[in-house]
Amino acid sequence: MDKTSLENLTRGLIRENPTFVMLLGMCPTLGVTTSAANGLGMGLATLFVLMLSNMAISLVKNLIPDMVRIPSFIVIIAAFVTVVDMLMAAYLPGLHAALGIFIPLIVVNCIILGRAEAFASKHNVWQSLLDAVGMGVGFSCALTLLGSVREILGSGSLFGHSFVGEGADTMLLFIMPPGAFLALAGLIITVNRLRGVK
Amino acid sequence: MDKAKFFKMALTLVTIAILSAFVLAWVNGLTKEPIQKAKDARELQAIAEVVGEFDNNPFAEKMTIYTPDKKAKLTFYPARKNGKITSFAVKTFSNNGFGGRLELIAGFYINGAVKNFKVTDHKETPGLGTKVSEDAFRSQFDGFNPKRRIFKVRQDGGEIDAVTAATISSRAVVDAIQRAIDAYNHFKTGK
Repeated sequence: MDKTSLENLTRGLIRENPTFVMLLGMCPTLGVTTSAANGLGMGLATLFVLMLSNMAISLVKNLIPDMVRIPSFIVIIAAFVTVVDMLMAAYLPGLHAALGIFIPLIVVNCIILGRAEAFASKHNVWQSLLDAVGMGVGFSCALTLLGSVREILGSGSLFGHSFVGEGADTMLLFIMPPGAFLALAGLIITVNRLRGVK
Repeated sequence: MDKAKFFKMALTLVTIAILSAFVLAWVNGLTKEPIQKAKDARELQAIAEVVGEFDNNPFAEKMTIYTPDKKAKLTFYPARKNGKITSFAVKTFSNNGFGGRLELIAGFYINGAVKNFKVTDHKETPGLGTKVSEDAFRSQFDGFNPKRRIFKVRQDGGEIDAVTAATISSRAVVDAIQRAIDAYNHFKTGK
């Protein structure tokens, strides 16, 4: 793999991580990460949509007049999201019930439109796919990490495996909405410290 | 803006919309049946959890029953063993949960005593209101006969111990089960 491809693939992992660095897609990030499994599920659903939409948009980019590109992108993205929504309801009903309203809301996740506009509409299919994989995996990792922190602190378990006794007092705050902000803030501080940002 | 450009823009959008519609229609046809199946399976599993042994398909024999004031429509599932109804489940709800509507499936013995219940949809506070689904609270319902005992939480002068710090959620569970009992009695006497 040449240097540009590698760069496109790895950009989303840490250096331009959508959640911790670009702070995009905060609505699903804060909303669904009550457990590690929910975070991972949401991340993978977004990764899937991002791959499909980046490839599709890269393919049709020269056919779409500049002035209607945003509505065109949104219709394409919405179609893919609805497909994912229906497939999940059919074959992963448990996860679909847990993620609920956040699946249709992937349409308005700014990461997807952001990558379509900033990357896929300017690059070829292969590079767009690499970018989608990098960004999607970066987003999935971030959501799983945030979900893990909230689940460990809030429910005393990880991926549903409890390691405290039943009825133990855990920090419930962390599985409620305010806890999402606190956990995310902590993780952003940590990631920025590790990246060497002052 | 010249006409040709405008026409091309409209055409592009229409084409994309039509293509998307076709894809969605195709996937919808593909997933319609599995989605319904998954929904039914989830409900049947909840029913199986709250009623006694059965050898029929309670889901296939479901009936709609009404509360005496005709305001609420509930679903009744008979559980049969060797053809005789031995217990039954009612899908019911309460609008008085801490987070609004709370839905549950309640199971009853044939004499009208409560057997068990399973909350199927709720917006209660995690860790407080959700404790109504834990055994500590739920076990006191098994065998509770509302004909002989006062079916209310203790704070309202009844005999059900509410979950600490979640009286409203506990009350909502009792309210939902009471609604099921009312509808069942109305259904039985109305026949």
